[in-house]
Amino acid sequence: MTVLAVVAAGVAMIFAVLLIVLALVYFLVSTILELRKITAGLDDVIAGVGEIVEKSAPVNDVVTAINGQLDAGVDLLEGLLVKKAGMSDAVGLIDGVYPGAGAAGLRNFPESTDIDPPRIGEVYTKGTLTLARLGREAPIAAASPEGELLRNVEGGSLAARQLYPDVRHTGPEKLPGSPAIGADAPVQYEQRDDIGAPRKRPPVRRS
Amino acid sequence: MTLWWIGNIVLLVVIVPVVVYLLRGVLEAAKSIVPSVQGIANVAAAGSKDLDAAPLLLTTQDQITQTVAGLANYGGSLDVILDDAEAEQP
Repeated sequence: MTVLAVVAAGVAMIFAVLLIVLALVYFLVSTILELRKITAGLDDVIAGVGEIVEKSAPVNDVVTAINGQLDAGVDLLEGLLVKKAGMSDAVGLIDGVYPGAGAAGLRNFPESTDIDPPRIGEVYTKGTLTLARLGREAPIAAASPEGELLRNVEGGSLAARQLYPDVRHTGPEKLPGSPAIGADAPVQYEQRDDIGAPRKRPPVRRS
Repeated sequence: MTLWWIGNIVLLVVIVPVVVYLLRGVLEAAKSIVPSVQGIANVAAAGSKDLDAAPLLLTTQDQITQTVAGLANYGGSLDVILDDAEAEQP
């Protein structure tokens, strides 16, 4: 009886240990397989990140160079605008093109933030007069509060047309009409005598 | 003998479930990492593909250099053509 009890207890213990070992094997092997998948995925990640690093390496230098070029362009345009239009009109022009941007002022002119931007109409009028002074035909300048255009467009055109031997610049009430042509025209030009007559035949030579 | 049986019962009823529970937790944690890693790999590949246009920045740089050079020439001509704002004012 005692021997059987010992054997039974030993078998039960071995069964329990076997269960633990089987559980360990199953779950640890499954964990190893999942870790291998993770390793393969991380290899892909490393490859992708390596490509990103390689491709983005020159971006910093290029963007810095582009920003430097654009800074030079901004400095040039701001300086030219302030020099030619004046600080007040420059801020007014910027505020007219980009409403609200005049409050930010110009980057190289900190004092521009203290200027109350003038109305854009004043800037346009001044610019239109400048164009008219240069000889451009600017219809918008007709409403200029400063008066008429500096250039008489109609007179200038007449002076140019008088260079040609034509009566049209005198403004006649009626110009001579164009001649009517065609088969039904009242006057036939270059009338031919052979029309309707028998066809001329060359003489027949007899041998 | 009684203690042995008690030990066997504890082994079967307590130790085995605890071991299985712990190992299953480790396995599920490992399984949950796999989709995340695959997602990161896909994002990295997409990010790398998005940067394929990065070499075009060199073209942009050249064009901006030419544009600023033309702008400088144009500005220089305007500086000669147009009067300064201070000169217009009496």
